Amino acid sequence: MSEESTTPLKIVVLVKHVPDVQFDRHIDSGTLRLDRAESVLSELDEYAVEAAVSIVEANGGFAAGHEVIAATMGGKGSGNSVKKALQMGASSGLHLNDDALAGSDTIATSKALAALVEHAGNVDLVITGMSSTDAETSVVPAQLAERLGFAQLTHALAVEFDAAQRELAIKRDHLDRTLTLKANLPAVLSVTDQANEPRYPNFKAIMAAKKKTVTELDLAAIGLDAAAVGALGSNTEVIAAEARPAREAGTVINDSGQAGIALVDFLAEQKLI
Amino acid sequence: MPSALVFFTELSAAPSKGQRELLTLVSGFENPAVAVANQVSDEAQQVLASYGVVKLFTASGDAPVFGQHEISVLDAAVQATAAELVLLANDNFSRELGARLAVRRNGAIITDVIGISGDLVATKDELAGSYSVQARATNGTLFATLKPNSIVDAPAASNTALAVEELALENSNDAKVRIAAAEAKVASDRPALTEARVVVAGGRGVNGDFGPVEDLADALGAAVGASRAATDAGWISHDAQIGQTGATVAPQLYISAGISGAIQQKAGMQTSKFIIAINKDVDAPVFEIADLGIVGDLAKVLPQAAEEIRRRKA
Repeated sequence: MSEESTTPLKIVVLVKHVPDVQFDRHIDSGTLRLDRAESVLSELDEYAVEAAVSIVEANGGFAAGHEVIAATMGGKGSGNSVKKALQMGASSGLHLNDDALAGSDTIATSKALAALVEHAGNVDLVITGMSSTDAETSVVPAQLAERLGFAQLTHALAVEFDAAQRELAIKRDHLDRTLTLKANLPAVLSVTDQANEPRYPNFKAIMAAKKKTVTELDLAAIGLDAAAVGALGSNTEVIAAEARPAREAGTVINDSGQAGIALVDFLAEQKLI
Repeated sequence: MPSALVFFTELSAAPSKGQRELLTLVSGFENPAVAVANQVSDEAQQVLASYGVVKLFTASGDAPVFGQHEISVLDAAVQATAAELVLLANDNFSRELGARLAVRRNGAIITDVIGISGDLVATKDELAGSYSVQARATNGTLFATLKPNSIVDAPAASNTALAVEELALENSNDAKVRIAAAEAKVASDRPALTEARVVVAGGRGVNGDFGPVEDLADALGAAVGASRAATDAGWISHDAQIGQTGATVAPQLYISAGISGAIQQKAGMQTSKFIIAINKDVDAPVFEIADLGIVGDLAKVLPQAAEEIRRRKA
């Protein structure tokens, strides 16, 4: 493969700022929205950044003119997820920062992200994680493919890119089979946590990231009305959210040789066998 | 009562548990209809009639194009029925079909639903089962994907007459994603992980040997699950992974063996009805949520339990 002749790729990686799953997470009882105070880059989005940077590195590197734009939407704090992606090797950042975005469902989210990708212009490939770790719907990549008219290659267990053919091949589980799916660019690719091993940014990468450009845009800049997103632009609404009572610890016994029998007694008592 | 439609990629004469739950749910709505993107045998049609389904839409297609035939069938059936509620399975493929069509037709999509009321309010768990949320559509058709193990399977009291309609699909030249190869996965006699009534899961503590976990699972007719530590170590297939980045399960009984119960693991199983945990470490977080905790060696406890179950069944 002649690296010199590769047409530069313009890749957008979508990253999301989500509440840290290591801590208790809360839904506000008034707004019925997620409390996003203690947020980090969604762990699953690291695989998306890694996939993008790996494709570039395997095809001549950034010197060949490829771009990896880490893009996000949301309030001010969301920019932190872009910073992390820049440390991992993305070349620039794009932050759709507008208060009207709060409360967007997948319909409104995919609308805003599709407009953002179109604003970026001539994008060849959009890469995402398999799911956010907060809402966990995992449907926005498919919705983006629908809106952009791009090929949908989602839930990739493995990814290969043929630069000469501008063709992506992925492996994906479907029913009782593992499929190899192929599509030409432009495409939306979502990668699972099986697809690669995300790199850990070193000091040099962290310093280099500080020099990279992050462009902030509001809805007007990408041609969307505030009413197209947020609660008004969504087709669903949450009408109630209730914390489930925490599970309580039951009996704990020490095995003194008969715990297997005690286990079966418990099953019999609860009519589980 | 609103009208409802269920979509299946394929439907055999022995529907899966999740499919039966979807049929039970749809039968409570007006004009319950089913659309299947494949041939439906006479025997499978009888199953539909036994759930009170009145209309079946089918169209088979075998072009090597991923997802295109299925979304055409779903779209045509949605247009033909004008159903207010469209139900789908909760797997990635089905939820993506529903989500794409919701975009195309400006409708609503709600995933991981565990119940839907007569006035189309959906109930689902959020934040890994720590919240119960109610949501509804504010515009267009509601597409909802139903999590297995949410509804008690209940066929109708008597069979209905099932009308069958072959859908006429428009030819589409939108072949973006080609199926280049298909490899069958290793078949298992055990129940599917997300649908199983009982799950026995192993973690780091099995130390490379899933034998005791599998043996107890087979004594109970259960599915086998695993923590991420166990799948990452290559001791068992990634398909068995339960937790934040794997499957979410809500069985009647979850037996956790050699899993500490870190928050990502709990995320995948804490809505189970009963939890039994076996761990060597008395401080393992899993004991905080277990109905029965056993501090001990799983290599001793599990075989003893399996043997006792077989003895009592004999």
